[in-house]
Amino acid sequence: MSADNLEQKYKPVHTNKTGGSPFTGITGWIDNRLPVIRMFKHEYLDFQVPKSLSYFWSFGGILTICLILLIITGLSLGMHYKPDTKYAFDSVEKIMRDVNFGWLIRYAHVNLTSFFFIAVYLHIFRSLYYGSYKEPRQLMWLIGIVIFFLMMATAFLGYTLPWGQMSFWGATVITNLFSAIPFFGESVVTWLWGDYSVGDAALNRFYVLHWLIAFLIVGVVVFHVIALHIVGSNNPSGIEPKDTRDTVSFSPFTTSKDLVGMLVFLLIFVAVMMYAPNYLGHPDNYIPANPLVTPPHIVPEWYFLPFYAILRVIPDKLMGVIAMVGSIAVLGLLPWLDFSRVRSCVFRPIWKQCVFLFVLNFFVLMYIGAAPADGIYVVIGRIATAFYFAFFFILAPLVAATEKPLPMPESIHEFENWKKQGKIKTINIFSK
Amino acid sequence: MKTFFLKVNFICILLIFAFISNIFYSKEAQAELLKPNWSFEGFFGTFDRASLQRGFQVYKEVCASCHSMSLVSYRNLGEKGGPEFTEEEVKAIASQYEVTDGPNAQGEMFTRPGRPSDKFKSPYPNENASRSANGGAYPPDMSVLAKARPGGADYIYSVLMGYEEKVPENIKLEDGVYYNKYMSGNKIRMSKPLSDGSVEYSDGTKASEQQMAKDVTSFMMWAAEPHLEVRKKLGFKSVLYLLILTILVYLIKKKIWSRIESKV
Ligand code: HEC
Ligand code: HEM
Repeated sequence: MSADNLEQKYKPVHTNKTGGSPFTGITGWIDNRLPVIRMFKHEYLDFQVPKSLSYFWSFGGILTICLILLIITGLSLGMHYKPDTKYAFDSVEKIMRDVNFGWLIRYAHVNLTSFFFIAVYLHIFRSLYYGSYKEPRQLMWLIGIVIFFLMMATAFLGYTLPWGQMSFWGATVITNLFSAIPFFGESVVTWLWGDYSVGDAALNRFYVLHWLIAFLIVGVVVFHVIALHIVGSNNPSGIEPKDTRDTVSFSPFTTSKDLVGMLVFLLIFVAVMMYAPNYLGHPDNYIPANPLVTPPHIVPEWYFLPFYAILRVIPDKLMGVIAMVGSIAVLGLLPWLDFSRVRSCVFRPIWKQCVFLFVLNFFVLMYIGAAPADGIYVVIGRIATAFYFAFFFILAPLVAATEKPLPMPESIHEFENWKKQGKIKTINIFSK
Repeated sequence: MKTFFLKVNFICILLIFAFISNIFYSKEAQAELLKPNWSFEGFFGTFDRASLQRGFQVYKEVCASCHSMSLVSYRNLGEKGGPEFTEEEVKAIASQYEVTDGPNAQGEMFTRPGRPSDKFKSPYPNENASRSANGGAYPPDMSVLAKARPGGADYIYSVLMGYEEKVPENIKLEDGVYYNKYMSGNKIRMSKPLSDGSVEYSDGTKASEQQMAKDVTSFMMWAAEPHLEVRKKLGFKSVLYLLILTILVYLIKKKIWSRIESKV
């Protein structure tokens, strides 16, 4: 074989991909070797975003900020916290009393958790209302649900750490749910506890897992954002951008708008944290855990209440657990259950009412989750649970099949004009 | 159709508010708590030093014989934002207590007068001892008690003022159990701790039951939330700062967006 033939047979390889940076100097030198600067410019400075985004689209950024702040405050708390049933409560109190600005760090961490959930519920509502879960953003939605599960796990684990009455009894109730698993239930629970009751071994692993899952969330959020930069943002019209009349560059337009959203959110958060730091918590958690005294009402944190309600109103334990987990997992089916081609509720008069009813129903469930589990509350809870699932399995496909969407504009800039002329209505408080 | 939307949305929002406000108050119907005017409430709330000092006296002379306050140190009494006793006073208070320390070089435990860095001395060595001395009831530690009850300071004050001579007929009291209007189940196993003149205030304030209850509750609130004053001060500053910043950023945003909005 001649040398010529050899060269034709083998494809050239480039293991060394240095170069290609639009920058010069040190920036260029780094960017040629590690193209993050280029990527940042491409994805955050020149990135084109629909012009019509409302403040509802700030919640993704707000969530990112919350997550970062949670991790920073969490790290600081971890420097002083002791995961030992004997010392946990006192070590938290030591943070509150003796560590410099420890009270601020702890109140920030605790209230950030609540605000994280407020933001995530609004973020999910936005996706629901504007059909952001539909083609091509199904995977973003699914990744979001994974994040939501992980958030709940982290929040639950974190709540056990101060080892107050609600920490202990909440942990006992929730870990006991695993005993509903057929055949292996009891062994699984013992394995989870590392002991025959919720105690020292459990607290120690709750601490470890609380950290681990917090960082897992960061990892999954990275995927969420990568996927976002592939499919691009949806927008209130639900119409994909077509040309530059429909878009703005991410910076400075979206960044300045997001900053306003973040600051308003931060303002409310700081006001609550500074003036009512314990309002969203339960007073019983300032009583040190006591396995011999059961509190009269064991209630989870407010953000778990709707799901806790679904768990409790179902008489069978195993079915209750399945329904509770299912109530979140079912969100993942929505992109396929609601097969209407129109994304935004702005053009879907019937589905819009359904979404509002769903939100209302969510609050009903929240109320039931905090109410005593008897009498009329169970009846209301069952109706609300039935509606919750009916929304997905009946209403979504039914409305998708029968609803006649309103006339739609051709493009986003036309949508904006229609809005100005008052031809269509959007959620006003979130637009300017 | 439009009015129908409006109505549904409006009703939704109303119901949501009703539910939210209800969630936190859906506990069993109880007597409405007494709500004295607390100096530490509101946006600029601060503790009333004299009241905290008197409250400490009530705690020391009455409650401390049964209730511990094990997370608070004597030095805290002199810190800013608290009763602010002088350094000498704090030293004098601490030295009134005998604390166990050790082991010394010989390996023995010994007692010495308390120092400001010591924690408040507990009346009983452990929970069981305090239960057995109180007929089986446990007088809860008071360090965070004011935060550990729904209603907070109002609740503590109400319990202290809630003893009544006349017991409703449907309530049967066992030995060592007292009627209290505000305690859950209306039964408490603490005898009425305060009555006019239980202590003698050195600053000349009349030691009425009401006055003492108010003072000791303020003191308990401070013990539970020793940084309340800094928190409120910092809170006001940061809210104001954020408010101004938000307005400025909003104006900048408007300016930036005006570049394209005029073109539409
Ligand atoms: C003779 C011992 C004794 C004295 C003195 C005493 N207490 Fe108590 N206290 C108790 C006991 C015992 C309980 C537990 C009552 C129960 O669980 O029913 C209690 C409970 C309480 C509670 C909790 C009520 C609840 O909601 O659980 C408060 C508040 C309280 N005491 C305040 C005070 C204050 C303030 C003083 C001082 C002015 C004081 N006590 C003095 C024995 C005492
Ligand atoms: C830690 C929590 C989360 C973070 C940090 C986060 C972050 C983000 C960010 C930065 C965006 C782009 C900005 C925006 O559109 O708001 C986004 C979009 C999106 N998120 Fe999340 N998210 C989180 C949780 C969730 C959850 C729980 C869901 C759903 C169950 C979800 C579903 C979506 C969807 C569908 C989009 C695309 C929306 C659109 O373009 O209209 N996210 N997220």
